Amino acid sequence: MDLFQANNIVKDYAGFLALSSVSISVKEASVFGLLGPNGAGKTTLIRIINQITAPDSGELFFEGRPLKADDIYQIGYLPEERGLYKKMKVGEQALYLAQLKGMSKRDALKSLKYWFEKFEIQAWWGKKVEELSKGMAQKVQFITTVIHQPKLLIFDEPFTGFDPINTNLIKNEILELKKQGTTIIFSTHNMSSVEEICDHIALINQSRKILDGQIDDVKERFKTNTFEVVYRGEAPGMKHHSGIPFKILEHSETSRFNQMKIQLNDGQSNNELLGALMNQFEIVSFKELIPSMNEVFIHVVEESNRENKL
Amino acid sequence: MNKSILILKREYLTRVKKKSFIIMTLLVPIMMAALTILPTYLAMMDDKEERTIAVYDPTSLILDKLGDQGYTKFHYIPEQEYNEVSKNFKSDKYYALLFIPTNILTTNQAELISDKQITFDVKNLVTGRIENIIEAEKRQQVITEIGVPDLEKKLASIKTNIKLNTIKVGEKGQAVKSSTELAMAIGYAAGFLIYMFVFIYGTMVMRGVMEEKSSRIVEVIISSVKPFQLLFGKIVGIGLVGLTQIAIWMILGSAILTGVTAFMGQGSAETAVQAQSIMSGGQAMSQMAAAAPAKENIVLDIIQMAGNLNIPLIIFSLFFYFIGGFLLYASLMGAIGSAVDSDEDAQQMMLPVTMPLIFSIIILFAVAKNPEGPLAFWASMIPLTSPVTMMVRIPYGIPAWQIILSMSLLIATIFGTIWMAGKIYRTGILMYGKKITLKEIAKWLFYKN
Repeated sequence: MDLFQANNIVKDYAGFLALSSVSISVKEASVFGLLGPNGAGKTTLIRIINQITAPDSGELFFEGRPLKADDIYQIGYLPEERGLYKKMKVGEQALYLAQLKGMSKRDALKSLKYWFEKFEIQAWWGKKVEELSKGMAQKVQFITTVIHQPKLLIFDEPFTGFDPINTNLIKNEILELKKQGTTIIFSTHNMSSVEEICDHIALINQSRKILDGQIDDVKERFKTNTFEVVYRGEAPGMKHHSGIPFKILEHSETSRFNQMKIQLNDGQSNNELLGALMNQFEIVSFKELIPSMNEVFIHVVEESNRENKL
Repeated sequence: MNKSILILKREYLTRVKKKSFIIMTLLVPIMMAALTILPTYLAMMDDKEERTIAVYDPTSLILDKLGDQGYTKFHYIPEQEYNEVSKNFKSDKYYALLFIPTNILTTNQAELISDKQITFDVKNLVTGRIENIIEAEKRQQVITEIGVPDLEKKLASIKTNIKLNTIKVGEKGQAVKSSTELAMAIGYAAGFLIYMFVFIYGTMVMRGVMEEKSSRIVEVIISSVKPFQLLFGKIVGIGLVGLTQIAIWMILGSAILTGVTAFMGQGSAETAVQAQSIMSGGQAMSQMAAAAPAKENIVLDIIQMAGNLNIPLIIFSLFFYFIGGFLLYASLMGAIGSAVDSDEDAQQMMLPVTMPLIFSIIILFAVAKNPEGPLAFWASMIPLTSPVTMMVRIPYGIPAWQIILSMSLLIATIFGTIWMAGKIYRTGILMYGKKITLKEIAKWLFYKN
């Protein structure tokens, strides 16, 4: 079931088209990666979901019914541009933000206690935010985002400012939240974290959605039938590129193994390829090269930019 | 609405709990009290030192007429002692030595000798006393010369002091005693108070908005509340901080003044007596005597005239223009705070907004001088200047329709301004790193949400 859905969202800032008929649907208890280069329109879409701005046209659905103002309390948002009141004490501030999200003071205190203990930051409660390091403040911010147990969480670049240990901590928290049934929209430029966390992605470029799908499907779609073969022995016949169903892209030799990167010709199956290889030499390993999200991102965005220029 | 109250509470409490607020709020009345009291107190304190001045007067003109003046005493010495003392003056027995030359009536000169620098007060006192005595002497001589009987009395009767009673005809045609000075004083004070309040707290709203923008917390907050609620909560919260401060100032100020007046009461009476005795001598004495009952009359008059002022109207309009002016300017300042990224930009953008406010202070005096003139009228109708200007005019008593029109215009403008500020604010707070022009801001007004 889709927890959230946006249909044909259009947003125009006085002549600048920020979103042009963008649709996404986010499955319940999944992590949805919202990707795209800078200035593509991701933040605008996120602000529309948060009802910070309204779309010019298009429909928004939450739990299958049109999005309403109160749904804001079911959403937690960690914006890319984020901060805290510098002069305010950590605990007081967290309490304030939780109350703004509709929690009662008592519930907020209880919940905050749980999270502060979990992150082992009870000692910060009475400190002013300006005394904290950036990473520490980010932790507090993460807590204030999830404190009211929203059904939908939106993280915009959640890992900036964290060291690898804390990045891992937050990553695990996000996955834990997903396991508990929270739906997450995750926007980042860090493609390796997309691969680790996301189930589904949508890629926006120049105000248009240019790619959408399950992460495995997307990668499958962009594979180029390239394989890496490690073998022992000589392969004299292949050097002439005769009578084989593939192209050799790269070839390298080490003292123990030889290795090549090959691309299967169109219309040929993997088994045919293997058959052809087996005749030549002893295969040590055979692996299909699936493109990383990073490669997919660059490939798709560059292609779309080329098309837009024409 | 609930959220606005939450915001309002935070805005209010964080500011009221600030050390700078507490210090300012407590310190200002104390300082004001100190500033008014200290000079009086010092004047009372001053010169309690007993000084004896030796006087040698071969002319016998001023002999015995000087009289002891408070802590300054005069001691007449014969020629013999004068010769002794003047040769080698040491201020062990006498503070100074006053010598009246025989030709004083023509030269107008005398000598005051000491081995120390004569204090200003002593010099003044001695000069004044001798002047009075010599003048009286000369007058006596002239009168004797002319030989007109009772000339002195006749001259005295010329002396005139006019007291102009300004009477304002009330609505029912009855004559109402009014005080131009009192109306002016109240108008000034009220106008200035509004100016200060609007300026200080309007700027505070701007700073608050800028703080939220530059610390980047604003996007987090407006994902929970509407931008307008945030701006509204902030403006009202800060307005209440201002009212709190002024209320504390009023209470503390009057408490301190009452306390001090009671404490100083005796002292100041003493000073008055002292002053009177200094002035005494011939004609000055009679003048003072005449002035004393007149002074009492003034106090009575002020009380009576204050009764004739429309106090409830003044208080009501003070609060009205206080709040109205603040809402108007605070929403504009909030809009500016949302649009800018840096302090320099803020200063630049603030100028056109604060201009009318500064203008209303510049014309304050002109308005107070002529509260019915066209400048006063128009400035009290235009909402950007009316809070200060109208407050200056109201104590003079102006037609009701003008007050109603001015207030209605202000209310209408406040609604317009708040609407406009809300529009600018919601776009501005999320706009970073862009040099903002007025044209750009005008465009924001037409953004849909």
